[in-house]
Amino acid sequence: MKTEKESMGRKTKRVALLAFKRSIPVMGTYLTLGIGFGMLLEKNGYGVWWALGMSVLIYAGAMQYVAVGLLASGASVLTAAFTTFTVNIRHFFYGLSMLERYRDTGKAKPYLFFSLTDETYSLVCTEDTLQGADRKRYYVILSLLNQCYWICGGVAGSLLSGAGAFDSAGIEFSMTALFVTVFLEQWLSSDEHVPALMGMGISVLCLFLCGAEYFLIPTMLLTTVGLTLYRRQKRKGETP
Amino acid sequence: MNTQQIHALLLVAVIALVTAAIRFLPLLLFGRKGKTSSYLTDLGNTLPYAIIGMLVVYCLKDVSFTKPPHGLPEAASLALVAFLHLWKRNTLLSILGGTLFYMLLIRLV
Repeated sequence: MKTEKESMGRKTKRVALLAFKRSIPVMGTYLTLGIGFGMLLEKNGYGVWWALGMSVLIYAGAMQYVAVGLLASGASVLTAAFTTFTVNIRHFFYGLSMLERYRDTGKAKPYLFFSLTDETYSLVCTEDTLQGADRKRYYVILSLLNQCYWICGGVAGSLLSGAGAFDSAGIEFSMTALFVTVFLEQWLSSDEHVPALMGMGISVLCLFLCGAEYFLIPTMLLTTVGLTLYRRQKRKGETP
Repeated sequence: MNTQQIHALLLVAVIALVTAAIRFLPLLLFGRKGKTSSYLTDLGNTLPYAIIGMLVVYCLKDVSFTKPPHGLPEAASLALVAFLHLWKRNTLLSILGGTLFYMLLIRLV
């Protein structure tokens, strides 16, 4: 009995260590982006409690940057809801593709789905080395670690900016850099480049047609239509 | 607490609720059966690629090519991010390198 318990403890430790190792790139990214977010928020007059609360309750990197703009401009509730929908709707598809992997995760399931950010998704959607309970522990530990990094970053950024520690102009570029690296990573790991090119092409088109403020929603709609047509075309090609 | 803060609090609540609703939706819709339509699965496999492309454009939406510095700091920093990433494939290095370079450029140019 005792030895079994010990081996369980050791197993958890081993999984935790693996999760920590895999999370290191996200730690760096989230601390950098979190600090950027905290600073931006503080600059707009919302202090450390706002940074903490938003990072715990919203926990969506890009959206929290956008949220700073919404708060600062005193946007309407409807605008906020609509913007959130367009910026975050991609998470729906992350959840969709994780249904199978997250099936037997019991009580942790809601949190695992809640914490499916871009970075967390990119780590959990490829995990194949662990089985059963170990895999479940890995998912939970990794998801929690990532959110901890994000919260620490946001709080630290807010405090640093409040203390006037340094001039943070340009820190917002970390978000651009993050998406470019994710884009390249996806590009390198897949042979199918049509969806990526379509997303980018339609975005540029809609940006020119509708302007910076309104291009997200038409882009999302057109992209969904485009991918639907692309799928149909591909299926036609596959049937003998 | 003034009205502006109350409104801000309301916005945070709405953003949090919509975000959570989006993330829970697949679970609520398909969690029981655990089977999704092949259309949604295919879309789930292709849309993330398109969305990241859109987010890259989104980040650059306010860059002006007609006014100085004509988006040059952004272009140079993006090139550095891409170079670093194709070279080392280390996400952290690419992001830190590109961001620090950008912060330096906008102070010099």
